[in-house]
Amino acid sequence: MTLDPVSLMALFADYSGLLDAGRYDAWLALFATECRYTIMPRENHEQGLPAALIFCDSRAMLEDRIEALRDANKYNIHNDRHVVGLPRIVGERAGGGVDVEAPFAVYQSDQEGETRLFATGLYCIRVALDAHGTARIADALVLLDTAAVPTLLSTPL
Amino acid sequence: MIDATIWPALDYSRVPYRLYHDPEFYDREQARIFRGPAWNYLALEAEIPRPGDFRAAYVGDTPVIVNRDRDGEIRAFVNRCAHRGALVRRELCGNASEHICIYHQWCYALDGQLTAIPFRRGVRGEGGLDRDFDMGAHGLRPLRVAIANGAVFGTFCADAEPLETYLGEPILAELRRVLHRPVRVLGYTRQRIRANWKLYAENTRDNYHASLLHEFLVTFGLDRATQVGGVRMDARHRHNITWAEADSDTDETARSAYNGANIRNDHLRLREPGLVGFRRERTDNLNLIITSIFPGMVLAVISNSLAIRQIRPRGVGEVEVHQTLLGYEDDTPDMALHRLHQANLVGPAGLVSMEDGEAIELAHRASRPDRDRMTVIELGGGGVISDRDYRVNDVPLRGFWSYYAELLDIEPAGAVR
Repeated sequence: MTLDPVSLMALFADYSGLLDAGRYDAWLALFATECRYTIMPRENHEQGLPAALIFCDSRAMLEDRIEALRDANKYNIHNDRHVVGLPRIVGERAGGGVDVEAPFAVYQSDQEGETRLFATGLYCIRVALDAHGTARIADALVLLDTAAVPTLLSTPL
Repeated sequence: MIDATIWPALDYSRVPYRLYHDPEFYDREQARIFRGPAWNYLALEAEIPRPGDFRAAYVGDTPVIVNRDRDGEIRAFVNRCAHRGALVRRELCGNASEHICIYHQWCYALDGQLTAIPFRRGVRGEGGLDRDFDMGAHGLRPLRVAIANGAVFGTFCADAEPLETYLGEPILAELRRVLHRPVRVLGYTRQRIRANWKLYAENTRDNYHASLLHEFLVTFGLDRATQVGGVRMDARHRHNITWAEADSDTDETARSAYNGANIRNDHLRLREPGLVGFRRERTDNLNLIITSIFPGMVLAVISNSLAIRQIRPRGVGEVEVHQTLLGYEDDTPDMALHRLHQANLVGPAGLVSMEDGEAIELAHRASRPDRDRMTVIELGGGGVISDRDYRVNDVPLRGFWSYYAELLDIEPAGAVR
């Protein structure tokens, strides 16, 4: 498999569709065994500050985050709907990997059926090919334009 | 009508819902608390180290600039042009030799003085300002500034008590304890909660909720009602320190106290336990110190995460919680990484704090329709407001309301303080 724009669009479709469906284990499976996942307010990124809203620099930490979401945290009852724009390849890596960016919007709906724009931002993702030639996310930096998070951030973006 | 008859109980154990919802209270709070004698946290000295460095801040909902002038002095003033009331400085932070309003380019020095006005004498002798226009009387409105352990505070009130007196010894001791060596800003988070600002201010003083609402804390032993801990206030009971000692209970005692509920670390186990690991770095063994400084500052030490939160009211029904995440200048690379990991615990997506946004929105939403009903604040008993050396109490909320009543001039005769 080669990482052309169509296969990257399929990856983003899986990524956002699985999150919106609440299928977190399948979403986790999109990540490489060694991976990093960061949600960073644009404000910090632009000032060169390292702190993030969510920072998981191992697959295990990302799994812990999902486990806490399922088993320990309480949060607003909601549904997310990701709308992901067209991916743009911004760099190529050895071994067939690429750096890809795509803009996104996430709308959030509550039980009363009311929807609000929850977040917009940019996915900056490094995709690598695993031993079987399958595309896996090695590094996902979610740059959050909506740095003033409405209410709280529970489910991953 | 806002008067002392609003209070159903002299010990502030009952708070009518209208205090969270009526706009007339909001306006009075802005005038008598935020623009009154309270000292408000503005920024850290470390954020504006060089002359010309500035940051945008808020005092209540009033936009403020805090900057370091040419002589290295820290100054703060309202971010509003004397001419047409426009916001002067639009950026969140930066370095500048003066502040120029974009509207008509009135120019202010770093001490807030108005220094230049375009076409002041008009063009070809026509137009412009009258000769007797007083430049000196049209600077940016200054705040009185004082600094405690690198934390910059401001007040609008010329005869406010000195900052040290306002904070009181227990709070000064906490600032010394946490800000005892040079800090480094790791980043900022912001959260917009659809609730009145006082619900958030109460929440940070509420020792009772932490070990119930925040299951993550309880499960992993970061904060449990069974720990050795309590609350400590200043003499006027306007501020509060909630504290708890690390490893001061066991899973067994906790399990029996919670009757099995919430204590689930037998089956819920972190794959990366370092996330909750507490590395002792002070002489004490406290892994939780939440210092709430009236009206809107919170210094939060949760395990090794350090943060200053600023409560920014945005109208009667919305509040922004602005958080500055900190480390120390001399953190080892390993400790610096540990703090970035533990930043996962706090903020809008915090594993031990995300619930607060939901809880106070629920309280705001359901209390709105029936404003003469009231909240119950009676954990740890009613009556006298005093420190407690146990965790199941919400006494500091009554301290908050007592000082609130004083500033709004609605303190009933015979009320506890």
